Amino acid sequence: MEDKKLYTLLVYSENLAGILNQITAVFTRRQVNIESLNVSASSIVGIHKYTITAWSDEDQITKITRQIEKKIDVVKALFYTDDELFIRETGLYKLATDVVLGNPEISRTIRRHEATITEVNPTYVIVMKNGRTEEILSLYRVLDDFGCVLQYTRSGRIAVTRSTQEEVTDYLEKRKSGKV
Amino acid sequence: MITGAEALMLALRNEGVNTIFGYPGGSIMPVFDALYDYTRGDKKTFDHILMRHEQAATHAAEGYARVSGEVGVCIVTSGPGATNTLTGVADAMLDSTPIVVIAGQVGTAALGTDAFQEVDLVGVAQPISKWSYQIRRAEDIAWAVSKAFYIARTGRPGPVVLDFPKNAQITTTEWKPEHVDFVRSYVPYPQPSATAIAAAADLINNAERPLALVGQGVELGGAHNELVEFLEKADIPAARTLLGLSALPTDHPLNMGMLGMHGNLAPNIKEQECDVLIAIGMRFSDRVTGLTSTYARQAKVIHLDIDHSEIDKCIKTDVAVIGDCKVTLPAITRLLRKNDHHEWTDSFKPLYEQEREAVIEPAIHPAGGPLLMGEVVNAVAEATGGEAVLVTDVGQNQMFSSRYFKYNRKRSIVTSGGLGTMGFGIPAAIGATFGAPGRTVCMFSGDGGFQMSIQELGTIMEQQAPVKMILMNNNYLGNVRQWQDMFFGHRQSFTRMMNPDYSHVAAAYRIPYAVVTDRSDLAGAVGKMLATGGPYILECAIKEDDNVLPMTPPGKSIDEMMLAIDI
Repeated sequence: MEDKKLYTLLVYSENLAGILNQITAVFTRRQVNIESLNVSASSIVGIHKYTITAWSDEDQITKITRQIEKKIDVVKALFYTDDELFIRETGLYKLATDVVLGNPEISRTIRRHEATITEVNPTYVIVMKNGRTEEILSLYRVLDDFGCVLQYTRSGRIAVTRSTQEEVTDYLEKRKSGKV
Repeated sequence: MITGAEALMLALRNEGVNTIFGYPGGSIMPVFDALYDYTRGDKKTFDHILMRHEQAATHAAEGYARVSGEVGVCIVTSGPGATNTLTGVADAMLDSTPIVVIAGQVGTAALGTDAFQEVDLVGVAQPISKWSYQIRRAEDIAWAVSKAFYIARTGRPGPVVLDFPKNAQITTTEWKPEHVDFVRSYVPYPQPSATAIAAAADLINNAERPLALVGQGVELGGAHNELVEFLEKADIPAARTLLGLSALPTDHPLNMGMLGMHGNLAPNIKEQECDVLIAIGMRFSDRVTGLTSTYARQAKVIHLDIDHSEIDKCIKTDVAVIGDCKVTLPAITRLLRKNDHHEWTDSFKPLYEQEREAVIEPAIHPAGGPLLMGEVVNAVAEATGGEAVLVTDVGQNQMFSSRYFKYNRKRSIVTSGGLGTMGFGIPAAIGATFGAPGRTVCMFSGDGGFQMSIQELGTIMEQQAPVKMILMNNNYLGNVRQWQDMFFGHRQSFTRMMNPDYSHVAAAYRIPYAVVTDRSDLAGAVGKMLATGGPYILECAIKEDDNVLPMTPPGKSIDEMMLAIDI
């Protein structure tokens, strides 16, 4: 077995009910956990984009990707490693105001991590951090050590490719002109 | 303006449907009401075959599709009717069989309320179907049905499920026919890569010991002639998978037999000796490869498949030629040198002789003792001369009949290969008689599988479907019993089975019946069965503890074939 890596799948589909189910079922069948998942409209009208991360090896992720792309309403499924993508995630931290005010080191830490304070009231402070998984996690660990975290959540990953080629647009154009 | 139910009739007519296998029920009543008009009088378009179980309707549709190449159609009701089709849907998915299942559904207003006979059919069918869709509005029927048939029959064929809520059946719509032949997210016939074709031809031209593995893809692509030209030009020996048995005639000089666990010795040994393996429309099922880590490690592997997801799924490929083999095979053939591999081809013969002596002769011409499945199949095969359609159930009967039947014509084997569905035989054979009306349909079954679909004798009686049923009765679930004897220390846990008196069963359904207990009566009984018009049950009293041989035990390398079992 090869070493496992975190892979990101970008899946593009028609906007029909039930496609998410079909995509996740391909993971379920092999008992592969989805680490994060984000679904949104893409830049192409009528095409939905799924950004999925999972720990896998190249052999397995290739099979998973092909089996997803095989689904009739899936336009394209591609997998990437982190170096091939621009990646962003968002962390939201709800902190106890009294603890934050009582320890100036907390505010300094938030600034040092380039996070933003978006709301302050007498009960809680909302902090937001954009970045890669590890950066968001590391801020969480520090804040947690200060004992000020009331709630914490991290978004699914969103990503765009670093490549200069637009595979999905190219594919759709080729389909239109009968070249695929 | 017409109702959605009538629009369905017109949409099915547009797709060239003439036979429907179905079963009515509450949520599909408007459709059956429309069907009433379209099965008689001046609107007559369809024959509707009333089955006795919805699962049987799907298997009948599969049998119909497999022999005809057309899409098989079932219409059933919601809830239990719909869930009963799932085994057939999964079966069709694994065996790439084009069927369209249309199921009633509760009205859209009741969806999600646990209404009477409501099941989320699309949800449960999605992972086991090629496409599943709910037609929620009458005006969507024309394109949804056309898309369903387009998806079912093109590319790698498969089952499509249409969930049809009752309100969409009842509301009226203007009829406007649709013809779907393009779905932008679906590429049924990938354009072959010239580089891959050249690389494949190059490997084959330089091969000293090439071996072709022929699968059902050749049948599905209608590439029978293209296959023969390919094999003959470069003089390549070929072996067939279970589902590919009639893709190449039994008596073709380059046919080296069947692959896999109960296949022939020579090709299974030679897979481990060849230098180039050319897989054509087959998917390296575990029943073909045995232990994959030792499978054909010495060979360069060329894989021709229409389905990209099959490439490297089970066996790593050196050259993948993705596309329709009807196109890719001749493209490769054009680049092949005429070749002569007679020494290599001849080297299969001693292995065949070894198998013939140790396994085949004792199976088809036993010296004494009770009747054996092998000799029964052989008697039918000799009497039908490779012209009949073989339909099998699952288990020992399946292995004996597929091994010893003869195939001269394409689309001549109907068997549940991937899912291994017991009870498949009788209903699939019913479907086959409608899909190939001029041909003799011989259905081999054991007593276990026969009883799993015994209710379909009612359909056979009503339709007078000319199924020649050869019931090979050994009072056991024989294949499991064989494994219990081999791998579970003879602990025959619930494999011995009490049987009804089949002469009474046959009489109850008014189906002609004969029983053979004595070897000397076999040929005569087979002759009488084949000479009798309409359905027939020929029961054969088979040796209780016969074993299918040869056999590669599970988890072993494919060449570790046992020619005898010492148990």
